Amino acid sequence: MSKDEALFELLLRLGDTDVVLAQRLGEWIGHGPVLEEDIALANIGLDLLGQGRLWLGLAGEVEAAWKGAGRSEDQLAFLRDGGAFRNLQLVEMPNGDFAMTMARQFYFDHAHLLLLRTLARSTDARIAEIAAKAVKEVTYHAERSADWVIRLGDGTDESHARTQKALDALWPYTGEMFVADAVDMALLDAGIAADPGTLREPWLAALQAVLDEATLALPAGEWMQGSGGRGGKQGVHTEHLGHLLTEMQYLQRTYPGAQW
Amino acid sequence: MSTEWPLWEIFIRSQHGLAHKHVGSLHAPDVEMAIKNARDVYTRRNEGVSIWVVKSADITASSPGDREALFEPANSKVYRHPTFFPMPDEVKHL
Repeated sequence: MSKDEALFELLLRLGDTDVVLAQRLGEWIGHGPVLEEDIALANIGLDLLGQGRLWLGLAGEVEAAWKGAGRSEDQLAFLRDGGAFRNLQLVEMPNGDFAMTMARQFYFDHAHLLLLRTLARSTDARIAEIAAKAVKEVTYHAERSADWVIRLGDGTDESHARTQKALDALWPYTGEMFVADAVDMALLDAGIAADPGTLREPWLAALQAVLDEATLALPAGEWMQGSGGRGGKQGVHTEHLGHLLTEMQYLQRTYPGAQW
Repeated sequence: MSTEWPLWEIFIRSQHGLAHKHVGSLHAPDVEMAIKNARDVYTRRNEGVSIWVVKSADITASSPGDREALFEPANSKVYRHPTFFPMPDEVKHL
């Protein structure tokens, strides 16, 4: 795999994951349990959308340098089919109840933060700059989802049970965040990206500290979705992504190039 | 659910050197979440450098019924207003 191709793939993984999760969080608008939470979820979604735009914009530049012609951030977001998306399977999982949304966010935010911190030291200045900007936002996201997991876990019997159930249900989708493949390896030596495998231990430690306070248990299952390098990062998705994209891409597909 | 959460009054300092200003209120389960909610509800457009939250129940307010007793006497004491000092024309912005 050439360095250009690997870089393009990495940027799609980062950008697609942000955009898909932003879309999921946007689904809460008007449905949040309370007004304050409604705004907060939308706000976090917008942070991620902003980051996703930067990653996909850069992906288009890299594609242009690589192939002679690159797509814009909008073309990448709205005109690719599901199989061309490189987001984590975790973030395409449906919102479910509030516990499910928060468990998904909790798993993702802490991994996201660790990943961005390594990318902020990338030898590619463009990547380092975007990551450094995103770290500030994601630090807040991670604090917020941890706060919620503690309150839900250490809350009522019902909130505790639902949150544990959500953590268990989403656990098999967390594995691919820490599995390096040919893309990571192609970028590793040049110091452009880090080995995601090194993030797993600090991620588990961060989770454990929060779950102890939340009186919740870290799931122990070993089996992971997308193991063997066939997960969202390689374009293998759950049935949920297609449904999400039909809604997200509807306007540009129906009225190509529409602007407002 | 929202009715079980206490109400919090939110004060934001928009820049260093200025006082915190009351901007509104919101519901949150506890003080940490009140700060985070205030951040999301009231500082999304870069409005602040500092947030105070106070439980609404902890604020003691004057009663509208006491308005006359509290504020009326001030009206009849014009000498409390510094309007009787002749100011030189050169002094501006007073």
